[in-house]
Amino acid sequence: MSSFLVISIIFVYLAVIFYVAYWAEKNSKSGWVNNPYIYTLSLAVYCTAWTYYGSVGLAATSGLKFLTIYLGPIIIIPTWIILMRKIIRISKGNKISTLADFISLRYGNDRFLGALVTLICILAIVPYISLQLKAISETFNVITNHKISPNSILDDTTFYIAILLAIFAAFFGTQHTDASERHKGIITAIALESIIKLVFFLVIGFYVTFYLFNGPVDIYNKASVLPNFETQQTIDGLNGGFNWFLLSLLSMIAIVLLPRQFQVTVIENEREKYLKKVIWLFPLYLLLFNVFVIFIAWAGNVVFQNQQVDADLFTLLLPLSNNNEFLALLVFLGGFSAAISMVVISSLALATMLSNNLIIPYGFLRRFSNAESEENAESIKNIRRISIFLLIIIAYLFYKSFTLDRPLVSIGLISFVLIAQLAPAFFGGLFWRRGSSKGAKYGIITGFIITVYTLLIPFTIDSQSITTFFVNEGLFGIEILKPYELFGLQIFEPVTHAFFWSLLFNTTIYSLVSVNKLGSYRERNFAEMFVYSTKYAGLQEGAYVWKGEAYVRDIRKVLTRFLGENRTERALNLFYMKYDIDKKNQVADARLVNFSEKLLTGNIGSASARILIASVVKEEEISLTELLNILDETQKAKESNKELKERDKQKDEFLDTVAHELKTPITSIRALSEILLEDDEIDTDLKKKFLSSIVSESERVSRLITNILDLEKLATGKEKLDLNENSIKNTILKSIDPFRQLAVNKGIKISLDGINDVEMFYDEDRIQQVIVNLLSNAFKFSTEENSEVKISTHINQNKVEIAVEDNGKGIEIDELMSIFDKFYQSKNQTILKPIGSGLGLAISKQIIESHNGKIWAENVNPHGTRLTFTLPLNKK
Amino acid sequence: MKKILIVDDEPNIVMSLEYIFTKEDFEVFIARDGAEAIEIVENSMPDIILLDIMMPNVDGYQVLNYLKNSETLRKIKVIFLSAKNKSIDIELGLQLGADKYISKPFSVKYLVKEVKELLNKKIK
Repeated sequence: MSSFLVISIIFVYLAVIFYVAYWAEKNSKSGWVNNPYIYTLSLAVYCTAWTYYGSVGLAATSGLKFLTIYLGPIIIIPTWIILMRKIIRISKGNKISTLADFISLRYGNDRFLGALVTLICILAIVPYISLQLKAISETFNVITNHKISPNSILDDTTFYIAILLAIFAAFFGTQHTDASERHKGIITAIALESIIKLVFFLVIGFYVTFYLFNGPVDIYNKASVLPNFETQQTIDGLNGGFNWFLLSLLSMIAIVLLPRQFQVTVIENEREKYLKKVIWLFPLYLLLFNVFVIFIAWAGNVVFQNQQVDADLFTLLLPLSNNNEFLALLVFLGGFSAAISMVVISSLALATMLSNNLIIPYGFLRRFSNAESEENAESIKNIRRISIFLLIIIAYLFYKSFTLDRPLVSIGLISFVLIAQLAPAFFGGLFWRRGSSKGAKYGIITGFIITVYTLLIPFTIDSQSITTFFVNEGLFGIEILKPYELFGLQIFEPVTHAFFWSLLFNTTIYSLVSVNKLGSYRERNFAEMFVYSTKYAGLQEGAYVWKGEAYVRDIRKVLTRFLGENRTERALNLFYMKYDIDKKNQVADARLVNFSEKLLTGNIGSASARILIASVVKEEEISLTELLNILDETQKAKESNKELKERDKQKDEFLDTVAHELKTPITSIRALSEILLEDDEIDTDLKKKFLSSIVSESERVSRLITNILDLEKLATGKEKLDLNENSIKNTILKSIDPFRQLAVNKGIKISLDGINDVEMFYDEDRIQQVIVNLLSNAFKFSTEENSEVKISTHINQNKVEIAVEDNGKGIEIDELMSIFDKFYQSKNQTILKPIGSGLGLAISKQIIESHNGKIWAENVNPHGTRLTFTLPLNKK
Repeated sequence: MKKILIVDDEPNIVMSLEYIFTKEDFEVFIARDGAEAIEIVENSMPDIILLDIMMPNVDGYQVLNYLKNSETLRKIKVIFLSAKNKSIDIELGLQLGADKYISKPFSVKYLVKEVKELLNKKIK
């Protein structure tokens, strides 16, 4: 294919991607931009050119080992619903914009720690970016049939592509000065690329498996007769198992801590609930991506056996060798899109880190403190833009000047191992409150040194293809210092070996130092906030305890310098409104100090924000116990406030219902008496009827009032129970008496057969009231013929159950609990309003509960309802 | 003779309203709940409805909705009679399309006056 054609296609493709990003930025409120699918797809930036070419290369030489890189994430992602939610909450709550910010804030805005994390990330990721550029360049050469890559940079297409990517990332990545804002344009473009790369990869997989071969079985049969096939495909015993396990663990860490993953998963998260989609959709995406890898690899081994062909390029070479240029072009574009997504997001994440955690806190703070706000906003953006260009150009030069002759996979894994050095500090900081900044620093540095010794140095030496004394014999010829077999450990491959030792030392030192050296009160406060994030999240600005002296004027000045007059004013107004603080206050309180620090964090990183605010406020030390006490009190105050509000609401609702219930009889009384008053011609019978209605409605009002007062007395415990020893049978019989005549009138049978007697202590009047209430309830439901109301007692070892049962139509299941609510009227009772006040059962419940008993309702077969209550059998 | 429908589940309220409107020369219909009300409306096409809100099964809001969704029944005048008298309830009732909202307890004289006024307006 001609270079010109391919270059044209590349530019058309890039133009489309730029346009999509531009469109998404313009329509940033659209549902097309803000949905869980875009979010999930953007996470697939995890699949880079490495996945496209390197997985196949690895599968061709080492069988299924490539899977570990995806197995780890697939295993860990479902736990994100808890883990990632916690990380996202903390990040959003503190306006964190990078991984370095996260770690540095957790350990008390430690400037050095932030810088250290930044350096590790840059060391790990820049070669990784180079690798993507290399993939672009190599595949470009393959598809255009260039044999030698041009020596002059200006003749190299990859250089121009790199520059275009830098422009893209710099333009769409710095729309806001606040780096914790989302970059919707870039994310939408990345999501689109994730679809493209997956679809194209599936197409080629399908083509190879079912067009070039007759399905998976055919490939297997042909590949399995090749030499070395068996040894490639097995896990290789216990040692291999360890390697598998550690590689999976490594990729579990990477999926969270790679700067580009942190960027897309945490910073670009719009809503927490998107995680619910992610936990199944993202693993599914990764699985789909890997379905065909092994078949393409086997197919390559079969087709290119006995030829000197780079296994990393199988995906591209298979269609080319069959003269299918169109499919080859799709593969090239898929790999290209995978590569550029990674380059863009990584350079954006690294540039934010570089500017907010290294350049600004160490070089520019003083200058910013004296400049005007517009200048500052522009300078911050410029620093970030320059950082992006710098990173991409350095990556390009790195690829140009070092022969990256190693397979794609190994460089990728080295960067994983470097990033993994942040894991103890990160996860430790998240779950262990004793983790201290000193521990984190020493741990990371130790882990880094070990990685350099066991992996970077020997790897660099190896890649220059010179055998050396150092690698073969160990430092100074000491056997146990052999870089690939440190302390004589021989079971691991180089990468897992380095990962094992570095992480072991890193974690040990982190824990030992943390246990032995208490951190400053500031980091202990943040430790509390991070580890117990759910407990303190509600406190917001109150979660950081601060004591000292500060003036609003000074803080405002600092804010204005970075946010400008308008944004500062808006932000402060919001703050004053939220906490209901008088604007005239001259003295700033802890909340304002924290709030301002957070505002600045998004713009210039947490370390710088802390330094700036600290320069205008005087802070005092607080002891740990004091700190915990204050946090607890703030928490309690907030909770009790919430309880009070809830109780207020319930009271309001109750009063509303009471008012409604009282108004109904009063309406009748008023209407009837108005008629009697005005109308002289009304006949005597009707007059009598009206008057007796007035009487009964008045009774209803007074009954209601008595009941409400009763309920109130019982609920507040104002009325003491009059406990005496009574016979339960007698009490029941006394309660039934008033119903006997009614039962005869309505033809209802009362059955007393199931009553056993026992003597026990209770308030007889009150229990009688309960039984009467239950009986009237049962009578209410007894409208059919052959109605029967059964009363029974059941004596247990330590309690007595008393049940009242009817054979009416029963209560709907969803109502069984609510009938004990105040003023609850069952749907199934007769259409006419009941005689009761709607409080009978609520009062009964209150009475039984103050006797330490229970009351409940259930339906019985074939129909009917049974209301049961229990009384404890206390002899005194 | 104008037809009036009284919808309420309180027997004594119904009794008083029935008496007063019969005396004012209305043809009076009575419903104990929303479902009954809709049946009567369909059969007898009253000119005005006095509608309680809180009733079992089908409540007053549902009845009003039913009327407002029908081409022919839409014109029937509706007065809500309810013990719910918070401004938000009144606002909601009127938003739904009731012509008047009278809080309980009410004066019978006032109610009669309002009913007559509403019906006269219709004639104009």
